[in-house]
Amino acid sequence: MTIEIKTATLEPIRNTFEHTRRRFGDKPASRYQEASYDIAPENNFHYRPMWQPDKLLNDPSRTAVVMEDWYAFRDPRQYYYGTYVQARAKLQEVTENNYAFFDKRGLAERLSEEVKEKVVRCLIPLRHMELGANMNNVLCSAYGTSTVLTQAFLYNGMDRLGIAQYLSRIGLLLDGNSAETLTKAKEHWMTDPAWQGLRRYTENTLVVEDWYEVFIAQDVVLDTLVYDLMYRQFDEVITEEGGSDLAMLIEFMQEWHKDTSRWVDATLKSTVAESDHNKELIGRWVAEWQEKAVADLAPLAEIAVGDDAVNACTEALNQRLAKAGL
Amino acid sequence: MSKVYIALQDNEESHYIVEAIEEDNADVTVIYQPAMIRIECEGHMVIKRETVEEKMGRDWEIPALHVNLITLGGNVDEDDDQLSLTWNN
Repeated sequence: MTIEIKTATLEPIRNTFEHTRRRFGDKPASRYQEASYDIAPENNFHYRPMWQPDKLLNDPSRTAVVMEDWYAFRDPRQYYYGTYVQARAKLQEVTENNYAFFDKRGLAERLSEEVKEKVVRCLIPLRHMELGANMNNVLCSAYGTSTVLTQAFLYNGMDRLGIAQYLSRIGLLLDGNSAETLTKAKEHWMTDPAWQGLRRYTENTLVVEDWYEVFIAQDVVLDTLVYDLMYRQFDEVITEEGGSDLAMLIEFMQEWHKDTSRWVDATLKSTVAESDHNKELIGRWVAEWQEKAVADLAPLAEIAVGDDAVNACTEALNQRLAKAGL
Repeated sequence: MSKVYIALQDNEESHYIVEAIEEDNADVTVIYQPAMIRIECEGHMVIKRETVEEKMGRDWEIPALHVNLITLGGNVDEDDDQLSLTWNN
């Protein structure tokens, strides 16, 4: 008896969701597209929010930035929940190994007292700024328009809590889990003249209502300056002073910033390219916040790195702004 | 002239690779078969790491192609940045 094997090809009736098809055409869509585009409700709301009766839920007028289509953005990393969690789990595994190694080999004891003191004064208080950054990004996630943006803001917010925790753990590694360094760092944050500028800046961003302005003040201006200052220049200075083992503990922040910058740059670029109105508005916000940030960071930059440090990180910011077309 | 071809499993990751191949090679024919995507073209086909990375949004290495590869036809020239298929006739 012979058996004849035949294959029957069944064409799928539809390749993706209707709203995804309308945007990208009738072909198999990626998970990122299906999980990100045209997800948040835009009309037919029953009630206005009681806490802000002049606006609808997901109202695009919560920022002065105007977009014809709020889904014109694209995250170059294509993070939706699944890919985001996978990428962070990978990064975190490496970091956990580094922390375990640092602890096991007692590397904290090899750091000189001066280096430890400098880390406690200049690096650990940043955890308070990271908490501010968390709140700012979560605000953008709550009030922003379009899932393609708000999900990225939420991931950013969560990452900032993670970074704050890693900074705290650096403190705990240095003081043998007594939390003494954290108390000291808090004191620096609250009273040290070098930190008052950055504290004021962070507190000022917390009361800004326009979420896109918060994004500019926090993720574009302040983060570029602070991450260049602390995780590049300060890292180099500490290495010179014999504290190169610290590099193992801040690698997460360096890698994270590289990763997030791709998204920040892409978002900024799309918004600026949309219209002259946006370009002019964002240009003004950037100029305002940059002026404040540079002045507020200067005292910290001087004790952490040296005289020219603020100029070097302003240079880094200007390069990024130029790439975005500002 | 004979056709060079490559067949990949039909999954999420392959879609990005197919998209990249379509962009880098103007006249490829993409044939969707059950659970398999066959891509063929006259003479020459190239898969570039850079294009695939851009489509995927993350780092990707040429050897990772084997995860989804079913079969291919043509003389293979592979390095860190690209894999190309050609027939010499």
